Amino acid sequence: MIEFIHTEACIECDKCVAACPDLVFDAVPEGVPTLARREDCQTCYLCELYCPVDAIYVSPRLAPEQGLDQQAIVNAGLLGSYRRALGWAPGKPAGAAGDLSYRMHEDFPGGLGEAWKRSSRGNAKA
Amino acid sequence: MHYIVPDDAAQRLGMVGSRVKEGQPFIDPSWVERVYDQTCANLDRLTEWGYEWPRNELGGEFRGNLRGPDYLQFLRRRLRKSGVKILDHSPALSLLQADDGVAGARGVSRAYGRHAAGTWEVRAKTVVMATGGCAFRSGATGTFNLTGDGYLMAAQAGATFSGLEFTSNYAIAPATGALTKGIIYRSASFSDAQGQPVPRPQLFRKLADGERVFAVLDKAGDYLADGYRQGQPNIFLYFNRVGSDPFRVPYEIRLFYEGTVRGTGGLLTSEQCETSVPGLFAAGDVVSKERLVGAAASGGGPASSWTNASGTWAGAAAAQRAREIGLRGGERVVRNVSDISGTGASKDTAAEKDITYREAFERVQAQVVPLDRNYFRTGAGLRAGLAELDALWAKRHRIAPDAHADTPDGHVRAQVRWHELSAMIASARLFFTSALAREESCGLHRREDFPQVPGAASTPRHIHVSGVDTLRQWSVPLAWTPTAPRTQPDESATQVSEAAAA
Repeated sequence: MIEFIHTEACIECDKCVAACPDLVFDAVPEGVPTLARREDCQTCYLCELYCPVDAIYVSPRLAPEQGLDQQAIVNAGLLGSYRRALGWAPGKPAGAAGDLSYRMHEDFPGGLGEAWKRSSRGNAKA
Repeated sequence: MHYIVPDDAAQRLGMVGSRVKEGQPFIDPSWVERVYDQTCANLDRLTEWGYEWPRNELGGEFRGNLRGPDYLQFLRRRLRKSGVKILDHSPALSLLQADDGVAGARGVSRAYGRHAAGTWEVRAKTVVMATGGCAFRSGATGTFNLTGDGYLMAAQAGATFSGLEFTSNYAIAPATGALTKGIIYRSASFSDAQGQPVPRPQLFRKLADGERVFAVLDKAGDYLADGYRQGQPNIFLYFNRVGSDPFRVPYEIRLFYEGTVRGTGGLLTSEQCETSVPGLFAAGDVVSKERLVGAAASGGGPASSWTNASGTWAGAAAAQRAREIGLRGGERVVRNVSDISGTGASKDTAAEKDITYREAFERVQAQVVPLDRNYFRTGAGLRAGLAELDALWAKRHRIAPDAHADTPDGHVRAQVRWHELSAMIASARLFFTSALAREESCGLHRREDFPQVPGAASTPRHIHVSGVDTLRQWSVPLAWTPTAPRTQPDESATQVSEAAAA
């Protein structure tokens, strides 16, 4: 569930307001968006991904966290960590080239793992 | 994302074979091939359009994973470039119908940023429904937007559903998390609170009995662990942010109900993806996937292939129908299939309502979410659930609006919530009616009172169901035909459930 917008970093672009599939945020004229309907948050992290300045923190827990230390999360470098893990540039996709999912498929039992390896090799460009 | 590489017989065998084993007896292997072949062709088009694939250590392109946020953004840009207008945050609430078929849809737009709340209406020669499955807002990521709205709209237009008993799909997540991707649990060991091993088949019983169960991904080597981490970053956000190592330290798990999101049943369609309602086509999870996966769970791979292939077929067939209708389309007289006004039209104040939104929602969840009701199914349990759901359906107009009705788009939000709640009640009634009818156990349908699997001695039967106020249920022998599905139940149909109007 979303925990906070880091108000010092927020540039009030309202990208999170539009990106949220459940309209958790309300835009504020000349201000930082408010978390108007936190209970509608389904922990999808899209607001984090689309934030161009890594100013949003979504907790991976379903319920609100008690006594959350904002500064500790900022200091731990957790803001924007999902965006970086996906290899996105600030606020926008940058291709899925670093996706290592094929390793999971190669591990499938029986002939299936081998089938996945073959399908990848078959696509290899000379 | 599963697909078949042309001219690679071994790969074809591996991909289709893994499905067929799980899907008996309802699967059609030739249909698996057709879906996977179409997916391969679509992935080639995606490549032509400039989609970037990851490469494995040998330099081969891996096309088996379309990472959600990247893929959706890619498709969105493509649509916009083609001149398609996208209405964001604008759920449909009703189909429009003309004498010769479905002719559009109506809905509302939520307020956000500078966008004001409002209503919309699209008149069209045909409609492709792609509203996804229903997971009853169970709490897993994604389930808040998968409330069965399409099932309700299609049912109101008279559509027939198939396989909705193959719906008891539950997925594992960390006990305090929300993400249910199951793939990592192939590498997991499970244990109880005392540290004793829990064999996977006992997992559900233990959790149903309220026992605590823990998982650790100790079967993954470093190579695969990296694959998990860098292939599925959203799974590992949980562990990274709570500061634990899932490969070494056991963590408590829970189950989330996923309904037809990774389950199987849905709208009955023809091979061209036309529903039993003329002019209504459907694609993706809203359609029954029995022919592709049988009674088994569709998982991520087959389901995304199905979404891809069925989208192509439904689109092509809908376009063909639109051409046939031609200029005549502009003269069609169009009416609402259902009253979309919901709570907005009601003159009652909240004080005059019988039941709050929250209370009604919790009563729906109490029927569909508990493992003892919907995973370990019994006739008595399903009948009790159905009675409660029928009662809720009958009094849905007396449900008070959700809280927050006083915020900027409060009335629209309340209307959408009410429609979603109605859709969840309607979907659950269709699910339970189908589950009662199948007196045997198979794949995603487990009857404690009928543990036997479909017999080899008789032809397996499909369970069909239709209706909104009064439900009708009937069955047909398993036979895959390319023709359009029947519109109406015949005289053998049982009227199984009736919710009298309040």
